[in-house]
Amino acid sequence: MIAIINYGSGNIQAIGNIYKRLGVPFAVAKSPEELSAAERVVLPGVGAFDQAMHDLDRSGMRQALEDFVIKGRKPILGICVGMQLLAECSEEGVARGLGWVDGEVKKFDRSSLPPDTRLPHMGWNHVEPLSRSPLFEGVDLSTGFYFLHSYYFCCRRVEDRLGVTSYGAPFTSAVQKDNIYGVQFHPEKSHQAGIQLLMNFATAHLIGKE
Amino acid sequence: MLRSRIIPCLLVQNKGLVKTVRFGSPKYVGDPLNAVRIFNEKEVDEMIVLDIDATVKGVEPDYAMIGNIAAECRMPLCYGGGVKRLDQAVRIIGLGVEKVALSSLAVEDVGTVSSIAQYIGSQSVVVVLDVRRNAATKKYEVWTHNGTKNSRQDAVEFARRLVELGVGEITINSIDNDGVMKGYDMEIARQIRAVVTAPMTVLGGAGSLGDLAQLIKEFGVIGAAAGSLFVFKGVYKAVLINYPDRGRKASLCAGTLTRVSA
Repeated sequence: MIAIINYGSGNIQAIGNIYKRLGVPFAVAKSPEELSAAERVVLPGVGAFDQAMHDLDRSGMRQALEDFVIKGRKPILGICVGMQLLAECSEEGVARGLGWVDGEVKKFDRSSLPPDTRLPHMGWNHVEPLSRSPLFEGVDLSTGFYFLHSYYFCCRRVEDRLGVTSYGAPFTSAVQKDNIYGVQFHPEKSHQAGIQLLMNFATAHLIGKE
Repeated sequence: MLRSRIIPCLLVQNKGLVKTVRFGSPKYVGDPLNAVRIFNEKEVDEMIVLDIDATVKGVEPDYAMIGNIAAECRMPLCYGGGVKRLDQAVRIIGLGVEKVALSSLAVEDVGTVSSIAQYIGSQSVVVVLDVRRNAATKKYEVWTHNGTKNSRQDAVEFARRLVELGVGEITINSIDNDGVMKGYDMEIARQIRAVVTAPMTVLGGAGSLGDLAQLIKEFGVIGAAAGSLFVFKGVYKAVLINYPDRGRKASLCAGTLTRVSA
């Protein structure tokens, strides 16, 4: 069963609606007890890094999540700010991230991008998986996914980069470290491509990258 | 590569979908949820829903309605109408809305706009500028309250300043072209484009896919929003929710749709 973490941030309803339509058993977890029945979790998130980290701490779910992911080694999918929380820290704020995927979150730097690059990165863009992953299996990549962000994940380890997207310059749009997955875009708002990705996360044999 | 966004813009009044002409004569079009469901099937890029009554009536946003629309909506959603405070914006985002559109607030209290952007993130804050060209000065001014109050703010300078204050997107809405379906106001689009470094969306006047194509061809990656175009069909403006299919949309965004066949 999939648990969608409700810690005060992110479009839980949209993710739940997709799983409901797909017939995938899911629950919204607001407390550590509600997490115990799950086999995989989705960590959504919108807004600013510090606020999301603060909300996660305040939700009382953080330790349970850490046990689930780090001790239990069960799959987690961080979405948008939920993916950014996986990092050690973010230029957007001062809070310390979960630090489960080595790296930090940085702001798109206008000075190192082509002059007419508009920020935030807003709209439909393409993701290029860097290796074959069950997360992208069967996903029609041609339509792209919906992005809405001003900050992006900088992996310290090259092997953690699962997908890249080009916006002025390539940036990491998907990460994976063992059982920990993160996507910068919004699969819950990316029509068929997103639906397939969320389906893959829920049902595929997630063993790692090839 | 990032592509242009083609965006239906729905106006809501008394919980019903309406369409206006030059911001007047609202005509009832149907139920917003039905429109959302149809747009879901058509896989639209993004949707804007604007409550045109909330500010004028001085009421809170209709959270129940917003929640219902957000719950139904499978594409990124932007809501605007009556948002004056941070707590309202936070609540709306919490309902599953991706972006909050501010309009009169930008004129009345730009400090709060900046605070909202700081709290929920620039990416979730859009300012919609309803503009009218001053016949005497030829400059575009920002109007509020459904085009009834002239703020006397110069639209171009105002837009530039708003982005500096953290607004993530500027949507420029031409009052004079609204509902007329004879094309976008390309002039104000050019002027705003020149000074704004954030994403931009143009609204007001689109009458055919050719108008969208023209906008995208001139400006590259941009938001092309329309109300009437996606809600009406034919000379007699019969209500028919419509949207370009994948192939047409791809041609539009690639700048290869040159022949107009609405």
